Amino acid sequence: MFDFNSQGLTLAGQDILSPIQLSFHPGETHCLLGPSGCGKSSLLNQVSGLIGDDDSARWESGKPQIGYLFQQPRLLPWRTVRQNLLLVEPDQASVISMLEQVKLPSIADHYPNELSLGMARRVALARCLLLKPDIILMDEPLTSLDLPTAKEMRGLIKRLVCDHPQRSMLYVTHDLDEALELGDVVSVLGGTPSHIIYSAPTDEVSRIELEALLRY
Amino acid sequence: MRAQHFTDQIVAIVLLLSAWWGISFLADNELIPSPAIVFNAVVIEWQQERLLPSLSITLQRVIISFLFAMLIGGIIGVLMGRFKLLNRLLDPILIILLNIPALVVIILLYIWFGLVEVAAVAAVIINKLPNVAVTLREGGRMFDHELNEMANLYRFSFYKRVVHLWWPQLFPYVMIATRGGLALIWKIVLVVELLGRSDGVGFQLHLAFQLFDVATILAYSFAFIAIVQLIEWFILQPLDSKASRWQKGNGRV
Repeated sequence: MFDFNSQGLTLAGQDILSPIQLSFHPGETHCLLGPSGCGKSSLLNQVSGLIGDDDSARWESGKPQIGYLFQQPRLLPWRTVRQNLLLVEPDQASVISMLEQVKLPSIADHYPNELSLGMARRVALARCLLLKPDIILMDEPLTSLDLPTAKEMRGLIKRLVCDHPQRSMLYVTHDLDEALELGDVVSVLGGTPSHIIYSAPTDEVSRIELEALLRY
Repeated sequence: MRAQHFTDQIVAIVLLLSAWWGISFLADNELIPSPAIVFNAVVIEWQQERLLPSLSITLQRVIISFLFAMLIGGIIGVLMGRFKLLNRLLDPILIILLNIPALVVIILLYIWFGLVEVAAVAAVIINKLPNVAVTLREGGRMFDHELNEMANLYRFSFYKRVVHLWWPQLFPYVMIATRGGLALIWKIVLVVELLGRSDGVGFQLHLAFQLFDVATILAYSFAFIAIVQLIEWFILQPLDSKASRWQKGNGRV
């Protein structure tokens, strides 16, 4: 288990996040809901170490290996899919095997601009998994996908991440149904500066309360 | 498409030669020699074993100056693009260097260091360096912040960042600086040679100028233009094509 303690987050003189504590249990998916601009992505960035410093955020029992599926796939456009993945995992066989797991075995030598958004997100998921992370952060990975593609992606995330016994995931979404389907724990971020205003295991969640919090 | 492009270029050259020949025919003056007379001057300079050694020496100076200007100017430019403090400190110096006439730099270096090779090459580098820095500064500013974050997260080594992340983003700016650089540098090298060296194309132009030998002046000019064009065709365009392959792609999946 990994415990993350944030002392809050201030960016450009503005308090974005209040102190937040998160526990990552192996095999647990934690879904984070909240209105736009409430700091969900900032929290993911702080957890990943991309923003903030060691004084404002620390891991209690050693820093875990973190994979991050950004909202945009962030693949290097001038490198093929294979080359993108080889930058993270130099073993060719592992790369091919991972592409098969995300159901894209035949696109290894294509460039990212030749892929649909759904395909590019799956490649980004493959890159994330090749890192063999202890914790995976996902920032609205189903946004802007059409329904069948979103369903396929959700299935992949469920199979490759949620059902993995050793992996924890912090999953940011706007969609309550998505959170309730994928999450073991659901939390809501809100207030100014943002903090966790609600958190409960999915099977104990009050949907009405959540909808009220999210102002549905 | 490529064949059509080549044909268009040939047509343009033929039209230019025809116009030149027409003007020289109408002028009927040895100060406006015909293409045939200029070609003959190329052959004579070749046979007298002056053309190749002169071209070779000038080309060496161009290459050395170009490499140093690209390397030093490129590093300074990218760092200025990345670090605002450095940009604020170096920007006034860059503006001064950009606005000093090339001729002034050349004369000053010859006065201070004498008519030596180092002064000649340094004068060319100093003239070109600020242009490279300004172009590459834009490249440094345009680095994709999101891809940098991705590289941080996936702990790319310095080598991976340089080769796979930064270089591809800088490449279009390097090509702009290279094309502009070659065109500018060889012209400055000729002035440097004309003013203070006893070899190279610039020196030969100086001799021909004293004799009002326009055919020889044009012969050396076209010989060097041909070399720069060969560099464009056989080095720059293939590099460009290779680097921009991802934009054309293999077709949408």
